[in-house]
Amino acid sequence: MSETTAPASTGLPTATRDGVGASPLRPDGALKATGEFAYSSDMWTEDMLWGATLRSPHPHARLLGVDTAAALALPGVHAVLTHEDVPGEKRYGLEYADQPVLAFGKVRYKGEPVAIVAADHPETARRALDRIRVDYEVLEPVSDPLRAAFDPDCPLVHEEGSVPDDGRHRRGGNLARHQPVRTGAFAEGATVEELRARADVVVTGSYEVGMQDQAFLGPESGLAVPAEDGGVDLYVATQWLHVDQGQIAPCLGLAPDKVRLALAGVGGAFGAREDLSMQVHACLLALRARRPVKIVYNREESFLGHVHRHPARMEYEHGATGDGALLYAVARIVLDGGAYTSTTPAVVGVAASMGVGPYAIPNVRVDAYGVYTTNPPCGAMRGFGAVQACFGYESQMDALAARLGAHPVDLRVANALAQGSRVITGQRIDAPLPMAEMLLRARDAPMPPGRSALPDPADPRTLPGGVSATVLGEGVVRGVGYAVGMKNLCFSEGFDDYSTARVRLESVGGGPAVTVHTAAAEVGQGLVTVQGQIARTELGVERVTVLPADTRVGSAGSSSASRQTYMTGGAVKAACEAVRERVLALARERGPVPPGARLSLSGGAVVSASGDVLVPLAELLDGSPVEETREYHHRATRMVDPVNGQGDSHVQFGMCVHRAVVDVDVELGLVKVVEMTAVQDVGRAVHPQQLVGQIQGATAQGVGLALMEEVQVADGVIRNPSFTDYLIPTVLDTPPMRIDVLECPDPAAPYGLRGAGEPGTLSSTPAVAAAVRAATGRALTRVPIRPEDIVGLPAPRRRR
Amino acid sequence: MEFLSPATWEEALAAKSERPDAVPIMGGTDVMVEINFDRRRPPALIDLTRVPGLREWRADGDGVRLGAGVPYTGIVDALGGAAPALAAAARSVASPQIRNRGSVGGNLGGASPAGDAHPPLLATDAVVELASVGGVRRVPAREFYLGPRRTARRDDELIAAVLLPAPAGPQRFAKVGTRNAMVIAVVSFALALDARSRTVGTGIGSAGPTPLRAPGAEEFAAAEFDWEGGAPLPESAVHRFGELVAAAARPIDDVRGSAGYRRHALAVLARRALARAAADYREGGARCA
Ligand SMILES: Cc1cc2nc3c(=O)[nH]c(=O)nc-3n(C[C@H](O)[C@H](O)[C@H](O)COP(=O)(O)OP(=O)(O)OC[C@H]3O[C@@H](n4cnc5c(N)ncnc54)[C@H](O)[C@@H]3O)c2cc1C
Repeated sequence: MSETTAPASTGLPTATRDGVGASPLRPDGALKATGEFAYSSDMWTEDMLWGATLRSPHPHARLLGVDTAAALALPGVHAVLTHEDVPGEKRYGLEYADQPVLAFGKVRYKGEPVAIVAADHPETARRALDRIRVDYEVLEPVSDPLRAAFDPDCPLVHEEGSVPDDGRHRRGGNLARHQPVRTGAFAEGATVEELRARADVVVTGSYEVGMQDQAFLGPESGLAVPAEDGGVDLYVATQWLHVDQGQIAPCLGLAPDKVRLALAGVGGAFGAREDLSMQVHACLLALRARRPVKIVYNREESFLGHVHRHPARMEYEHGATGDGALLYAVARIVLDGGAYTSTTPAVVGVAASMGVGPYAIPNVRVDAYGVYTTNPPCGAMRGFGAVQACFGYESQMDALAARLGAHPVDLRVANALAQGSRVITGQRIDAPLPMAEMLLRARDAPMPPGRSALPDPADPRTLPGGVSATVLGEGVVRGVGYAVGMKNLCFSEGFDDYSTARVRLESVGGGPAVTVHTAAAEVGQGLVTVQGQIARTELGVERVTVLPADTRVGSAGSSSASRQTYMTGGAVKAACEAVRERVLALARERGPVPPGARLSLSGGAVVSASGDVLVPLAELLDGSPVEETREYHHRATRMVDPVNGQGDSHVQFGMCVHRAVVDVDVELGLVKVVEMTAVQDVGRAVHPQQLVGQIQGATAQGVGLALMEEVQVADGVIRNPSFTDYLIPTVLDTPPMRIDVLECPDPAAPYGLRGAGEPGTLSSTPAVAAAVRAATGRALTRVPIRPEDIVGLPAPRRRR
Repeated sequence: MEFLSPATWEEALAAKSERPDAVPIMGGTDVMVEINFDRRRPPALIDLTRVPGLREWRADGDGVRLGAGVPYTGIVDALGGAAPALAAAARSVASPQIRNRGSVGGNLGGASPAGDAHPPLLATDAVVELASVGGVRRVPAREFYLGPRRTARRDDELIAAVLLPAPAGPQRFAKVGTRNAMVIAVVSFALALDARSRTVGTGIGSAGPTPLRAPGAEEFAAAEFDWEGGAPLPESAVHRFGELVAAAARPIDDVRGSAGYRRHALAVLARRALARAAADYREGGARCA
């Protein structure tokens, strides 16, 4: 289904199979394909209880009282807990501890947990929930993010003082963060009018991005088991075990070492498992009931139980000279963070610093805002603030190209950043950035055949509407669109998101064997495979076991920000290097090694520079295993200035270019994406097959945002919390893809690699939007694009 | 929740008459979703999957008697000629897994206005066969849908079968959804031309509290259509037909689309269906089917 130009060779000498650059099978692959893989929701123990959560039916209300007596009286119920039963910190959070474990005082979104129950059967637990009486005084929801941000009379979602103000990036009100960026004349205080006067062409636009859901298939779930020592063991699907541990333990009033986490089978994440969901609840119930407690959300609850992608309202203005050189850009990006902080400040940081895209623009004024409302909380999702901005600036670039009569690719090439350029925070791009070449490769890739060249031009599966047979081909118009996006990779703004790896090399049953232990979450991205490859390459041993991830080893940071191959890969590499050094020293000490010889590990042996086996590892290590643990840190970054947004805040930049080809039924407003071409520079393809999978997945998720994926919220209430009405692309909506991978190594990164999970989610959406615009001539300033938008009818009214 | 599992049709009817509040379950693709989402807690389920014959169809006079439990897959595979509009609708339902279980009986039992089987049944003047311990009733589909999810079926009755008349002219079905497969209709439309009676049948889905017909459009098209030669209809007539179909709808704004779009899309679907049906008619094949 997909044509791929992936790099063939790795450039690394290796006599060991399935190392870096190869595409070995993933250990969980067959199990997942055959349905045998155990996900977190499949866990079971003999005497376990089932936990369930009572949630607020109101988006905004004062909590007057919770009466649990009737629920407790129900036979089979073992515990019913409210905020009063939380022994430690009553609130938790990734950036600020502002989210109540169980609501007290006020509820701030519909679905906020108010009470929890453990019972011997899920049905009993459900009935117990029905018996809990909660008194609310309903308050007016704060649902308009613009009003929440800019109207001083808007009610506050958080009372003054309950969320920390640092006086710099957060200064109270309903703003979680405001981040300005000022460069060029704007840094000197110039007004937009002054710059506008100097431009030959000016384009302005208002853009909107709907609330996308990560739509992972495995709902929030985990099993908490009370331990002898008064602590608890939690088996859970998450993205970052240690950050969970660091939030759970204070709420339980326990020392961190009393709260031990192990990763359970993760059914997708995409950012939605960065925040806690059922973790503290399951532990509280297990500790109270003295029995293991399992909690599994159902699909509707899952839509309420995790953060979504921030919906965005964006205003852009771009000015250029007549020859197409960008002169200035102004952007205001308002991100609705919903009820609690989650990662909103960091998302704002990305939206601000990436706000006008990978273009050389001498004068920039960006203001990015993250807002509290009583809408569903928003936080991390693949692309993290850069996705929203990319739809804005790329729509602008197309509008500008149209005004200048230029090809959209030519305008982008003319203003492209490159190695040595500075992004708008002043940070210099010190790694290769072949943006112009990538754009041209996307433009010059062969076009898919036209409809008339298809074997059956009227096959409904090739037409907008698909098997619903709305059209036989009449009135279908083809459109082509381009977009490029740039994303910061790894954590930014001074965050030291280091990773830890423990590697052991020993002789087992007469052969050398490696064990790799990290706390890094395999969320489906294939990190377990990559860890094995790195160990094979570094230690020249094929037999590698990657232990289950848990908190018995140091933090590996989050499986997000495209960072794990870089960071945990880097840690595994560093630990392997340390092991190798000791092994080689041992060889020199014990083995028949010529003094001064250059040694390496290959094929399970210590070998000489000429490749001669000097001593087999099994022999050398017999009875003396070598184990090393290493932390890997990326280069330091810093917080940007609160006033002008300047500062080297990012570790690395990733880029993807997309070309979208679509067919549109212009009468019905239905779209069939015919083909997506992606060009991405990954520095180094560690596992080419998994890499292509990441780019395909990112592309599909971007297509989803362009055409169908939206959590529809009215007055703070999600109206489509199901996969019946939250639509994600099916195979008929996911086009054939042409994926072109470049490898321009980043000298600062392990193996020169560049995080690859996110960049494709940025450019895919605006490329599809541009293609639909090309086919229809409509402005289409909002994604997802609705049929109404294409045929020029008003959007559906949102009713609760 | 009680689970009744009758082994024969008679037992099933007896169970339903004893427990009129019991919920029949066939493919379960609606019932199980409702139970899982906690929207419904039936006191009892009557499992119909063991009842012989429900999953079978057979010729019945000129037409077909379709057992209430025949899954959509069976309809797609076998009834493309005998019931073209219904087969096209069946093809558009959900995913292969759901089509392997979901049935027309279940679609009628739930009577969601978005059910894909309804517009073809309305357009082709199909008949629903209802049964109880007291006997069998035959209710035309056109009299079956009474209100939002309310039908002519009494609480003590089960749906036994649907009687599909032999096509006497071209039939069309199309549905609009915002995804190219596995989507609940934003709006759907079925059209059937009957050369014998020189009538036109329509069915509208997802654009009102019940599945609907467009009687004004039907009469207009029947009068305008060239029943001798199937000459292409003038542009203005096709357009008028679309308007009349759209006017018969009673749509609302909801998560799947706006009322305005639904009317607009219905008009487009209706125009396309009529123009194509006319072309099919000229080509002749369907006329003597
Ligand atoms: C993922 C998914 C996608 C779907 N997509 C579509 C779609 O595209 N189009 C569409 O129309 N539907 C769709 N549906 C809904 C469903 O598949 C259909 O309505 C199907 O026709 C139901 O048939 P069933 O046999 O599974 O019914 P069941 O779930 O068994 O029953 C449905 C209702 O009919 C009643 N019933 C069943 N049999 C009888 C009988 N013999 N007598 C009396 N009452 C009876 C039941 O009591 C219940 O009220 C979808 C469902 C799912 C889960």
